[in-house]
Amino acid sequence: MPVVQEPPPGRGGAVLEVRNLRVEFPTRRGTLVALDDISFDIAPGEVLGVVGESGAGKSMTGAAIIGLLEPPGRIAGGQILLNGRRIDNLPYEQMRRIRGREIGAIFQDPLTTLNPLYTVGRQLIETIQTHLGLSDADARKRAIGWLEMVGIPAAAQRVDSYPHEFSGGMRQRVVIALALCAEPKLIVADEPTTALDVSIQAQVIALLKGLARDKGTAMMLVTHDMGVIAETADRVAVMYAGRIAEIGAVRAVVKHPSHPYSRGLMASIPPLDRRVEHLAQIDGAMPRLSAIPQGCAFNPRCPEVFARCRRERPELLEAGGTRAACWLYDPASEKRAAETMQHG
Amino acid sequence: MFAFIISRVLQAIPVMAAVALISFAMFAYVGDPVSIMLGQDFTEAQRQALIASLGLDQPFFVQFAKFVANAARGEFGLSYRLSRPVAELIAERAPATLELALCAAVIAMCVGVPMGVYTGLYRHSWLSRFFLTFSLVGVSLPTFLIGILLILVFSVWLGWLPSFGRGDVVQLGWWSTGFLTVSGLKALILPSITLGLFQLTLIMRLVRAEMLEVLRTDYIKFARARGLPNRAVHFGHALKNTLVPVITIAGLQLGGIIAFAIVTETVFQWPGMGLLFIQSVSAADIPVMAAYLMLIALVFVAINLVVDLLYYLVDPRLRVDRAAAKGA
Repeated sequence: MPVVQEPPPGRGGAVLEVRNLRVEFPTRRGTLVALDDISFDIAPGEVLGVVGESGAGKSMTGAAIIGLLEPPGRIAGGQILLNGRRIDNLPYEQMRRIRGREIGAIFQDPLTTLNPLYTVGRQLIETIQTHLGLSDADARKRAIGWLEMVGIPAAAQRVDSYPHEFSGGMRQRVVIALALCAEPKLIVADEPTTALDVSIQAQVIALLKGLARDKGTAMMLVTHDMGVIAETADRVAVMYAGRIAEIGAVRAVVKHPSHPYSRGLMASIPPLDRRVEHLAQIDGAMPRLSAIPQGCAFNPRCPEVFARCRRERPELLEAGGTRAACWLYDPASEKRAAETMQHG
Repeated sequence: MFAFIISRVLQAIPVMAAVALISFAMFAYVGDPVSIMLGQDFTEAQRQALIASLGLDQPFFVQFAKFVANAARGEFGLSYRLSRPVAELIAERAPATLELALCAAVIAMCVGVPMGVYTGLYRHSWLSRFFLTFSLVGVSLPTFLIGILLILVFSVWLGWLPSFGRGDVVQLGWWSTGFLTVSGLKALILPSITLGLFQLTLIMRLVRAEMLEVLRTDYIKFARARGLPNRAVHFGHALKNTLVPVITIAGLQLGGIIAFAIVTETVFQWPGMGLLFIQSVSAADIPVMAAYLMLIALVFVAINLVVDLLYYLVDPRLRVDRAAAKGA
C-alpha cells in the first residue's frame, strides 16, 4: 500500500517539521484525541495555510507548535522540529526563550491581545529586551522602527500611546510588530484577520506577507477564509476532526481538490462571477472529539463513501498533485464501484 | 484631573449633609438629653432654662443649621457622660484606632495579595488548598471569637503577648504612638491580626479570583507567546490587571477597618474610638455618637476619593481627557 508520509522524513532545510503529532486531552470520561498523526513541514519563506471548520484542530496545532497548549492538553506523540532541533519536549524555560525569538505568534483578536495597561512601546521594548538584550535607548529605537515598518503613522509619537488609543486594524499591526520584533524564523498566525473589517483584512494580510517575504520568515497561517489562503499561501493543509485531510500546493488544492471534504469546502465558496440560487454546503456537522466514527472521520458526510471508509482510516495518499487522506486514491480500492453497488 | 477632584468633593457634600441630618436626628429621637443632664431632681424652671441654653426651643432647621455649622468647625458640644468637649475626646482616641487600623490594613495587604497571587498561579498545590481552607476560617469565624482565641493561646497559655491595652505610648505632640516602644508594638500584634484577618482572607480570595480571570485572557497568552519570563507575565502583566477591583475592595475595607474596629477594641480593651463609641452607646451619649458617625462618613468619602484617584494611576483607559487631547 503506497502510504506516503507528508512530507518524506529527513527532507532537511525546513524551518518547521511536524512529525506524526498527536495531542490528547485527558478528561473524566476518557482521553480525547484532539490532534492525530499531523505531519507537515514549512520551508524558509514559505507560507503554509491551514484551513478547516471550527474545532478541526487548526489553532491547536499552532498552540502545540509554540508550546502553549491549554492544560490538560498535552503532546502525546510525534515530534516538532525547529531548524532540525526537537522542541516539543523542551523544558518550559528553554521553550520560553524560543517563543518570540524563533517562533512569533499572532492571535485572532487584536482588541484583546494587547495588555491595556501598558503603552505599545513598553510592550515592544519589553519583548525586544527579553530576547535581544539591547539597552533601553536601542530597544526604544528598534520599537519605533518596527512600528514604522508595520505602517503606524507618526510612530515616534505613537510609541507612547496605549492600545485603546489605536483602531482595530492598527492594533493588529502593533501585534504583528510584537510578533516579529525579535525577527523569528517562523510565524504562527492564528486567524490574524478574522476579527478585522473586511477592508482592513487585505491590508493586514499584505503587510504580513510582505514582511515575511522581506525577512525570509516562514509562516503557518491558520484561517477559515479561503480567500486569504488563495492570496497568501504557497501550500495549504485542510484539516478535519483533528487530522490532515489533504495537503498540497495552494493552486492544486483550491482549483482541483482531491479529498471529498476539500471539494465540499471549496464548493462552498460563493463564486463572484455568476449568480447562484443556493450556496453549496456540506451536509451534517463535524463529529465531536468524543464521537469520531470508525474509519475515515468524514465518512458519515461523504458523498462518495464506500465500505472501506467505514472500516479503515486512510493515511495521506498521492492524489494527483496533492496528498489526500482518502481511500479513493488507493489503487487497492479499485473494486469500490462494486462495493458501492452492494452497500448502497 | 483637578476638575475631577472638585466634582468629587462637590458630590461628597450631599452625602455628608445626609449623614449630618441622621446624626442630628439622634438628638431629637434617641433619648432625651434634657432629662439625662438634669438627673432626678429638678424644677420646671431649671428644665426650661436648660432647654433654652441648649437652644432646643428653636425651630428644627435653625437647630440643624447650628449643628452643621458647629460640626464643620469640628465642634460637637460636650459629652453627656464625661462633660468634656467631644472633639477633644475623639482626638485623644483617634491615634490608637488609626494605628491599629493601619497595622491591620498593612497585614491584610502584605499577606493577602501574595497569598492570592500564589493560589491563583498554583491552583492545585497543597499549599494553595491549605490557604483556601484557612481563608474559609478567616471569613466565617466572627472577629470576637478570633480575638478571644488569640488571647487564650498567646496571652494565657504562652504568655508571649499582652491580652489588653496599648502598652506604653509615646506622646508626639497631640499624637500618642505605640510604634516607638517594645510593649506598644507587642500590644499591637494580636488586635491587628484579629482586625485584619477577615480583610486578609477577603483580599486573598479576591486576588485569586481576579488572577484566574486575568490569566485566561488573550494578552496573557500573547505575553507568554512573546517569550516573556514568568515573573514579568505574572507580576508585570497579570497582577497589575487585577488591581482595579482589588483597590476598590481594599479601600472600602480600610474604611470598614476604621469604622468597625469596635468589636476588636472591645475584646482587647483598646483605648480607641471604637471603645469610646461603644461606651457612649451604652450611656446614650449622643454628641459622641453623632460626632463618630460624621467622622466615619468623612473617612469613607475621603477613601472613595483616593480610590478613584488610584484608578487613574492604574488604568490608562480612564484617562479619557488625555486620550481625547492626543487624538486617538
